[in-house]
Amino acid sequence: MITLFAVLTLGGLAAMFAVLLFLVSKRFHVTEDPRKVDVEALLPGINCGACGFPGCPGMAEALVKGADEGDISHLVCPPGGPTTMESIGAYFGLEVGASKPMVAVLRCNGSCANAPAKTTYDGPANCAIAHSLYAGESGCPFGCFGHGDCEVSCEFDALHVNPETGLPEVIEEKCTACGKCVIACPRNLFELRPIGKRSRRVFVSCRNTEKGAVSKKHCSVSCIGCGKCAKVCPVDAIPIENNLAYIDPEKCIACGKCVPECPTGAILATFPIKVKKPVPAGEPSPAAKPAPAE
Amino acid sequence: MSAPVTESGKLMTFPRGGIHPPEQKITQDQPIQACPLPQEAVVLLAQHIGAPAELQVKVGDQVKVGTLIGKAPGLISANIHSPVSGKVKKIEPRTDASGYPKTAVLITVDGDEWEDSVHESKDFPWNGRPLKRDIQASPEEIRTALANGGIVGMGGAAFPTNVKYMVPPGKTPEYLIINGVECEPYLTADHRVMLELADEVMVGTEILRIALGVEKAIIGIEANKPDALSLMEKKAQDYPNISVQGLVVKYPQGAEKQLVRAITGREVPSGKLPLDVGCVVNNVGTAQAAYLAVQYNRPFIDRVLTVTGTGLSNPGNFLVRLGTPIQQVIELAGGLPEGTGKIILGGPMMGKATGSLDTPVAKGTSGILLLDQKQAKRAAVQPCIRCSRCVGVCPMGLEPYILSELARQNRYSEAESRGIMDCVECGSCSYTCPSHRDLVDWIRYGKARIMANRRKGKA
Repeated sequence: MITLFAVLTLGGLAAMFAVLLFLVSKRFHVTEDPRKVDVEALLPGINCGACGFPGCPGMAEALVKGADEGDISHLVCPPGGPTTMESIGAYFGLEVGASKPMVAVLRCNGSCANAPAKTTYDGPANCAIAHSLYAGESGCPFGCFGHGDCEVSCEFDALHVNPETGLPEVIEEKCTACGKCVIACPRNLFELRPIGKRSRRVFVSCRNTEKGAVSKKHCSVSCIGCGKCAKVCPVDAIPIENNLAYIDPEKCIACGKCVPECPTGAILATFPIKVKKPVPAGEPSPAAKPAPAE
Repeated sequence: MSAPVTESGKLMTFPRGGIHPPEQKITQDQPIQACPLPQEAVVLLAQHIGAPAELQVKVGDQVKVGTLIGKAPGLISANIHSPVSGKVKKIEPRTDASGYPKTAVLITVDGDEWEDSVHESKDFPWNGRPLKRDIQASPEEIRTALANGGIVGMGGAAFPTNVKYMVPPGKTPEYLIINGVECEPYLTADHRVMLELADEVMVGTEILRIALGVEKAIIGIEANKPDALSLMEKKAQDYPNISVQGLVVKYPQGAEKQLVRAITGREVPSGKLPLDVGCVVNNVGTAQAAYLAVQYNRPFIDRVLTVTGTGLSNPGNFLVRLGTPIQQVIELAGGLPEGTGKIILGGPMMGKATGSLDTPVAKGTSGILLLDQKQAKRAAVQPCIRCSRCVGVCPMGLEPYILSELARQNRYSEAESRGIMDCVECGSCSYTCPSHRDLVDWIRYGKARIMANRRKGKA
């Protein structure tokens, strides 16, 4: 008897709740665009935020909205790269924006050897804290601390501080150009630059805007803003502002002419540079050329 | 601790938290000595909180002591005057206490010629400079004199003094509190100023009291300075509106909010200023500087600072012209000892290490502390053992172990709701932590991030 009573009570409750749940689900039904689920599946699913939306679901929503308006060319998934965007474009049957593959580039070459430490820091190993306290062990107020805020921020294991140089190194194959390191660095030393044809890139590896005589005291490979690079540049891609040269990646043709011209070796190239005339006491290796005597 | 005679006979203090670091006041019996003029003065244009002063001179200009070389561009800023006479040699960035290069005027010193308007105050202080007790100036004139003289708080933060005396409508000040606490270990500059320039401090206090328009000024002095306490009490008998309050020795009693709580029993609410509970706090050194600015028209050109450290052969208190490189002051104190591990501008608790002996003395430099390598070494950080000592010593009633961890994890809104912005960065938590955790470093980081976010939100 008691078993029957229990079965009836519980069964009745179950039936009651089932009806309730059914009604609620009908009443408060949320229609989700099935395309959103499909698109989200096409995205990398790493929620890095490089697209400017809150994670991949946010990007998927934006893509669906864009598709409704007939244009998704302004939306780009940097870590996914062209393949991801092409598959999404194919899904919607729409044109996708040209997404240039990018890579994070460190604009500081103040390694332990190039920018020797004059003081010792023993506070927390965190770049942001060190940045709030002082210019740096070498004295350069623009240079890399090497405490690795960028390494912590990288979710793709593409960034590691080399203990020998004290500088972070980007693994090009792993870098998705999500831009997290750009935000993490308190000195804004990272820049996303196009990978370039056959990975050929030329860039100024310095952010120091101090006068040449001052910056050279901190670091042997600082840009002194002399303007020699700008003179040899065949495409006029090197503006110099505040004693600092910057190579415009949009204009640069990666000819490498500026690299041997730099008296401090502040310009780095990712490919070997052929030097025509012999450089005093210099090896023709890329950008490792020591500065001529002052 | 000797029992000093006070009005009520009772020493007061703030109730919550606090620590008792070794006092190390090894220079308290050293009379103030004048530091010789530097060969080259490095005068920074930003020696205060707020906007840097605007340059008024150019390379090649002749300047005298007291010549205006930087003009305050706005309210929260301060004038900068030449502390030496000579020729402007260069204007270039020089590393200051912030650790970064900031615009500075380099003056090649030549003789010691003073502007006529300030010449009267030239005598080495307690050496025949007659005491001007009569205060003719109106509150408005006092504020103008403070602003013109570039007077800023001398306790360390260097907040423009005249701004503190501009009471916004709706607020009624009741007390002026003069801070003679000097709770930082090692430092004795304020102590010596009270002993050797007691009369000037008294008149300065009276001047600031008139500027604020209150009936009562209270000078708070910790009981570890019984000589200063009894001297100031004796002097105060001539000044009916000034009283002296003895305080229990406890760090950080010299912090504004703690001092207000200790003396008046009033708690400054979170996010508010002492003025919201009717108080204005200034340092004894500032009172003395205000005296000179108002009575002698003398701008802020020099200050008393302590050069100290267990390794120094001749630690002491020195009257130093601003812009003197700290190297020269250290030489005077016996030279940089072998094995110096750290040079701190300010005291050991809240001071900041500097990496260069060329750093010039600025308005906020209350001391130079040299630590040897063993003292300077920070112990390795160990995991938190949840002993809650940091909670017990926090004078603001916060939970430093949680706040530092929230800041480290970038959980700013949670940290804010737990009162991270109330932190006064006194360092009591880091001092007491048995695991040597870098609590205050991370809390400061969190505060800076939150402030940056607020500014971004506003912009």
